[in-house]
Amino acid sequence: MKHLLSAADLDRDAALSILDEASRLKETLLGREVRKLPTLRGKTVLTVFYENSTRTRVSFETAGKWMSADVINVSASASSVQKGESLRDTAMTLTAVGADALIVRHPASGSALQIAGWVAPGGVGPSVINAGDGMHEHPTQALLDAMTIRERLGGIEGRRVVIVGDILHSRVARSNALLLSTLGAEVVLVAPPTLLPVGVGDWPVRASTDLDAELAGADAVMMLRVQAERMNGGFFPSAREYAVRYGLGPARASRLRENAVVLHPGPMVRGMEIGFDTADAPSSAILQQVTNGVHVRMSVLLHTLVGTEGNPE
Amino acid sequence: MSADGSETTSVSLFTSDDVARTVSRLAHQIIERTAADAPGSGPVVLLGIPTRGVPLAHRLATRIREFSGAAVHAGSLDVTLYRDDLAGGPHRPMSPTTVPAEGIDGATVILVDDVLFSGRTIRAAFDALRDLGRPARVQLAVLVDRGHRELPIRADYVGKNVPTSREEGVSVRLTETDDVDAVVLRRPTQEDAR
Repeated sequence: MKHLLSAADLDRDAALSILDEASRLKETLLGREVRKLPTLRGKTVLTVFYENSTRTRVSFETAGKWMSADVINVSASASSVQKGESLRDTAMTLTAVGADALIVRHPASGSALQIAGWVAPGGVGPSVINAGDGMHEHPTQALLDAMTIRERLGGIEGRRVVIVGDILHSRVARSNALLLSTLGAEVVLVAPPTLLPVGVGDWPVRASTDLDAELAGADAVMMLRVQAERMNGGFFPSAREYAVRYGLGPARASRLRENAVVLHPGPMVRGMEIGFDTADAPSSAILQQVTNGVHVRMSVLLHTLVGTEGNPE
Repeated sequence: MSADGSETTSVSLFTSDDVARTVSRLAHQIIERTAADAPGSGPVVLLGIPTRGVPLAHRLATRIREFSGAAVHAGSLDVTLYRDDLAGGPHRPMSPTTVPAEGIDGATVILVDDVLFSGRTIRAAFDALRDLGRPARVQLAVLVDRGHRELPIRADYVGKNVPTSREEGVSVRLTETDDVDAVVLRRPTQEDAR
């Protein structure tokens, strides 16, 4: 695998291979005093973030460092972008510096694909990993969610995953809908009608506007962040009304199945998307998601920078 | 025919009985060298290198227990992430690493593999071991030593020395992974060898 640009790039075998390797890495490093593997020694990994992010950037940085790669963080707000350099020139410059992988977050949908075309024409050049491109995709988030669901429920095939909230602006929802469907889950998207994307009928999922009706049969509930920064108008009347109709407060959480797991990609707005106590309840896997994120990203770096199939001997 | 489609002839090196006999002999040698059955001797841990080193380690541990009554631990040590040839191409998917709960500090660790060839797998195993702890000593047991070392590494316990050419291949098959116990030498036929 050269790049990871979209969850749609992953067929079932590729996705399972990344998840299996992530679990092995987690097992391998569990309880170790020295959490450092020499696997990517000498590789240079650049995180190029045009949008603010703490958890994704730190997660990728940790993943790279635990595998001995040299990780350098490039923050667009403190770089040549401020001086007017184009995205293409920045990407080409970082490639010329000697990057083996570019981990890119950018507010424009499709930017990761565009960059991959520029820096690695014909597959020669650094690997590009999409760490969130606008409202389009965030494939490593979907992988870490899948890993968490698998750990909590023992599998993904046949499970019902309800994704709730701002589907329209959510790259997390899009990547999850694609990946979880590939892995055999039944995905249901729940949102106010204004926050369901046009063409959602073509996705491999079911869409609904009634959270209470969908909650009872859910094995996993993924609450999304309301992306106010991407909203250029009123998509719902008030935060309070949103919380009442689409928030996972204590009353709703109590109606969940016994072993159902609650996920949130973070950062979460407690009291609106998710209840204060619900976020810390045993059913919540929010911190487990963060932990798994590091292992999933290690696995993605391993798959893109090293490759997997075959036998060296 | 071999996997790449070229013609090969196969020579049987070990039958199933030979494998069993060799494992027993190696077990006796390990008991002798480590004094695993003597009171006060330190712990002995057999770590198999995936894939076929792992069942071999377990077989050796079982034999050692039968012959001496000494409880030796058998586990596995995956070296995939420690190889120095990862950048050169695809790698084998990772396998689990299992070591005793009390760790390997102060133990006699015996690495177990099916074939000793370039020595690079064993070099990687040294790196992997270092991340797990500090054994008192590290030894190496292999079923077949086929030569062509690229590093100054030798085995402490060898089932059989098989001088080979680089073009030849040695396949170890074990019932745990391949439904049969056998060791086969594969030779390219004259025409392919030219």
